Amino acid sequence: MSKKFKNMSDTNLLLTITVVVFFVMYLGAMLFLGSGFLKPQTFFNILNAQAALIILSCGMSLVMITGGIDISVGGVTALVSMCCAVYLDFKGGNVAMAVVIALLIGLAFGLVQGFLVAYLEIQPFIVSLAGMFFARGMTTIVNSNPFNVENEAFVALKGTRIIIPGLGSVNKIGKYVDAYIEIGVIVALLVVLVLFVVLKWTKLGRAFYAVGGNSQSALMLGINVKRTKFLSHLICGFLAGLGGFIYFLHVGSGSPSHASGAEMNAIASSIIGGTMLTGGVGNIIGTFFGVLSLSTIQNIVSSAGLDEPWWIGITIAAMLCLFLIIQSVVMAIRKKGLTK
Amino acid sequence: MAENVVLQMRNIHKSFPGVRALQGVDFTLRKGEVHALMGENGAGKSTLIKVLTGVYSKDEGQVSIEGNEVAIHSPQEAQKNGISTVYQEITLCPNLSVAENMYIGRSESICQNWKKMNTDADKILQSLDIPAKATQQLSTCSLAVQQMVAIARAVDTDCKVLILDEPTSSLDEQEVEKLFKLMRDLKGRGVGIVFVTHFLDQVYEICDRITVMRDGQLVGEFEIEKLPRVQLVSKMLGKELDDLSDIQGEYSTYENKEGEAPVFEAEDLCSDAGIKPFNFHIKKGEVNGFTGLLGSGRSESVRAIFGADRITSGNVKMNGKPVKIKKPIDAMKNGIAYLPEDRKRDGIVGDLSVRDNILLAQQVLRGFLKPFSKAESDKIADEYIKLLSVKTASADTPIKSLSGGNQQKVILARWLLTHPEYLILDEPTRGIDVGTKVDIQKLVLKLASEGMSVTFISSELDEMLRTCSRLVVMRDGRMVGELSGQDLNQNKVMNTIAGGDK
Amino acid sequence: MGNNDAKKSGGSSFFAELTRNQLFIPMAALLLLLVFNLIMDPGFFKITLGYNSAGYPVLSGFLITILDSGSELAILAIGMTLVTAATGGQDISVGAAIAISGSVLLRMLCGTNTRPETLVMPVILAFLITCVVAMLFGAFNGTLVAVFGIQPMIATLILYTAGRSIAAWVNNNELPIITEPSFAYYGNYIPGCPIPTPFFIAMICVVVIALILKFTTLRLYTQAVGINEYSAKLNGLNPVFIKILSFVILGLCVAVVGLIKVSRFSTINYSVIAKDIEMDAILAVALGGNALSGGKFNMTASIIGAYVIQCLTTTLYKFDVQADALPAYKAVVVIVLVVLSAPIVREKLAKLMPKSGNREVA
Repeated sequence: MSKKFKNMSDTNLLLTITVVVFFVMYLGAMLFLGSGFLKPQTFFNILNAQAALIILSCGMSLVMITGGIDISVGGVTALVSMCCAVYLDFKGGNVAMAVVIALLIGLAFGLVQGFLVAYLEIQPFIVSLAGMFFARGMTTIVNSNPFNVENEAFVALKGTRIIIPGLGSVNKIGKYVDAYIEIGVIVALLVVLVLFVVLKWTKLGRAFYAVGGNSQSALMLGINVKRTKFLSHLICGFLAGLGGFIYFLHVGSGSPSHASGAEMNAIASSIIGGTMLTGGVGNIIGTFFGVLSLSTIQNIVSSAGLDEPWWIGITIAAMLCLFLIIQSVVMAIRKKGLTK
Repeated sequence: MAENVVLQMRNIHKSFPGVRALQGVDFTLRKGEVHALMGENGAGKSTLIKVLTGVYSKDEGQVSIEGNEVAIHSPQEAQKNGISTVYQEITLCPNLSVAENMYIGRSESICQNWKKMNTDADKILQSLDIPAKATQQLSTCSLAVQQMVAIARAVDTDCKVLILDEPTSSLDEQEVEKLFKLMRDLKGRGVGIVFVTHFLDQVYEICDRITVMRDGQLVGEFEIEKLPRVQLVSKMLGKELDDLSDIQGEYSTYENKEGEAPVFEAEDLCSDAGIKPFNFHIKKGEVNGFTGLLGSGRSESVRAIFGADRITSGNVKMNGKPVKIKKPIDAMKNGIAYLPEDRKRDGIVGDLSVRDNILLAQQVLRGFLKPFSKAESDKIADEYIKLLSVKTASADTPIKSLSGGNQQKVILARWLLTHPEYLILDEPTRGIDVGTKVDIQKLVLKLASEGMSVTFISSELDEMLRTCSRLVVMRDGRMVGELSGQDLNQNKVMNTIAGGDK
Repeated sequence: MGNNDAKKSGGSSFFAELTRNQLFIPMAALLLLLVFNLIMDPGFFKITLGYNSAGYPVLSGFLITILDSGSELAILAIGMTLVTAATGGQDISVGAAIAISGSVLLRMLCGTNTRPETLVMPVILAFLITCVVAMLFGAFNGTLVAVFGIQPMIATLILYTAGRSIAAWVNNNELPIITEPSFAYYGNYIPGCPIPTPFFIAMICVVVIALILKFTTLRLYTQAVGINEYSAKLNGLNPVFIKILSFVILGLCVAVVGLIKVSRFSTINYSVIAKDIEMDAILAVALGGNALSGGKFNMTASIIGAYVIQCLTTTLYKFDVQADALPAYKAVVVIVLVVLSAPIVREKLAKLMPKSGNREVA
């Protein structure tokens, strides 16, 4: 056992911890909190609600694996929602064009931030902090009042449900309700899949790990460190745009206060999913489970009767704190074990 | 003969602001030989290697590979020219797998056949007899294996010249054996290997030829059989006497009273920095030295005395009374001062003024609530700047803009200001001009004659022989001898440092 | 109290001396803003003496607003400067921590009653308890940074998220209102005095920190730890303690700002109070010419920087920029500042400089 523990890569070790924690938590919830968690739809609802966060977290993990951070993703999400909402309702635009706008906004943020971080070597945190404030401010400038989008094509798309046969359940009045997921979930799963493959099986993916693990060594090994860092921010920006649109698709409105704290949830999910803040270690599958764990614990907290609004913020912060400390302790133990 | 030469460097010059790191150095490497590059710290070995690998650009001189002149501007270009380097610190990514570390960054294509890569890597690992699997994460391998993976990568890039820059400093004996076996294999294949190390045993075990450098200049190239150990050490340390007279005679020796307990006494002292427990004492007014080659544990020993590393065992007495020294502040309170070896990392506080740098330690001792007044600090700073004749524009100048020698004087001033009973100077004269060196040596003797105990460490044997009355000799983290009186001469010291019977 | 010694007299190098002085950047920025306002609308400088609802004389005008709101920022800038100097990072949880402080203060004053007739305890006692709580949160941040080695901004991200929730939790999500008129003095005006009280509080804080910097070795210790931790350790300092200390001092500053903020309206809004103030505080430090990567600092410059930021904010308000849109403009200022102070950019600029000098000679 201990030998296996020793030979496991850091990434896989932290991934294992995350997956185990998630299943223990979910099973515990099924056993002790009962009915709600036994229904498959509860699980699908988590997916539906968190599809955007999954996408944002994937981008965040990528940047963190490369040794950076991007806290502008929440702001970008709000900006994307607002721009798309204004475009669809006030300018009468079509949905396809809205998607393009969303992606372009995300790419623009990724481009500028990536340039500042990679080529001017400014701390990613400061850069993306400014990015976050810029995005939030711009959202208000675009339109300061929240409103619901009534564009027909969009509303139809928003209401599209993909039925999952056989997993439905009977509701309170005895009617059978099909289990369903939204379009966003499909997109999110695709993102997870693509990014997983990219990170694990392409050279670029391994370059992200190399740069995050030790950028000096990566340079010596012949990797273009600056370009790799730049790309990580660019992709993260792109995913923030995409995640922003999926978020918009889920809520169907534009508002300056949308996705507040989303950057925090994305960072928390990545960390819980086993991505190390110091870079070089992390896994997209872990991030996926990180998001699920995070929202499961929120569901558990509210099911357990702690439904005052503040509990969610406190729980996330506590969980983040816990996992940060677990990471540093596990890594310290491994280091000790190896030098002996 | 000439067609056998794989690498030739001619008349290489390289200067840094204030330092002439390389002055007209020649270096020749032949096919299928292991060539040791020797010299004490600051001799210019690593500068030469960095010029060769494109980390630094040379000011003057030619480099040619197999007779063709080449210009190398980056590590990548060096690699393309068939020069591979394995550094002392492992420059691989610990979070990637072994195979990835061997192949990443080597080709431009986007896709990689991972299966083929892993089988290829396994083949190479097997052929070189390296105990690692291709898919294993690098950080789960021991340091030795990591080092060998780095070599495997270098070998697989079809290199003509392999540079090993102190690859053995973190390896144990068996691991070194494995490494040597690998080196012999490569040698058989016609690769020219440059081997930089501080371990003499290893040089004599594996090398065919030695190039010795000192003070940025070439001392000479020798065949291994024609250069016995003692001569090698003398060439490295440079034994020609300079124009300095015996300064020891200029100062009276401090007279110890009968039965006086030593100022400092340690028993089984040990830290976590890789030294074996040792016993040590120093009397009032004595100047002693720790000698041994770099990496022998001489600095680590004095760091343990000062509590700079984590102390793992030992009892310490000051003037006969047991004291506890776990942290630097404990040592300072007990009247010990320590001028660290790495001035830039451990000594100066770069952005602070000369004045603040002088006052720092004494200020810490005085405590949080008793800062020096403006007038006091000006007076003290001016006094010490004058006392040690520090060349600085003003006391307000940031210390980082001073020359190395003057920075060192400021750090020395910092510790003299605390009026220590026991002063430890670790390489106080490294990288500074001869004039300042003599100043510092004289100062040491003067302080000792006034009753201060001083431990003096230097890579230059002459300097230690001139100042110290007792030398502790270290090798491989262990104390291997103590010399005083009649035994304090170059031959005896070098023999003890070199060890063995050659 | 700044450590600049540039009282050197005129001559040809006067301008060079001036631009090298750390106070030059914030002063120049302030001047620029004031000149801009002078050209656009001199009404910016108008100060009128009026009477408030209680019939006491009060000064009003844009400059007074700057003096008033800028004071909160100036107090925060004191702590933020120390944290920046010691750790090379910034605390982004100050806004959330102010929410907690304000909430604790109200809880202490009101007890469980949200509309108390009389205060449960004297304001000074409640304030002291608040200080202790805020310093504990500071110590929490400091521990994560100094002991666990987490980057300051990530470590404080935890409190940044949880802070406002904790603040709501302290008062059970109720919004206590204090009717006692004397409580409003701290954030508004003391009867009879036409100058806003926060300015006096800020001045007290400035004097206190000036005295601390003069009569303790805090400056030397903080700078030594921030510049070279290894060296500081070998000189007998305890970097872990110094770093935590800087966060604790920032906690104290947070408590003071919490008092002012809550006193302004005699109540609290957990999600709005001190929103985005962390950005302004960091900006104040940066505008003061202090390196965000730590090391040497100039307290005076940071404090002036704080008022400059407020001047910018007020100017933007005057041109009808919405409160929520302000961050966008400030973000641009931040990016310009960090880009200009980035080592790479500086190097490139320095390379350009001598060239232009040569041209002048030729």
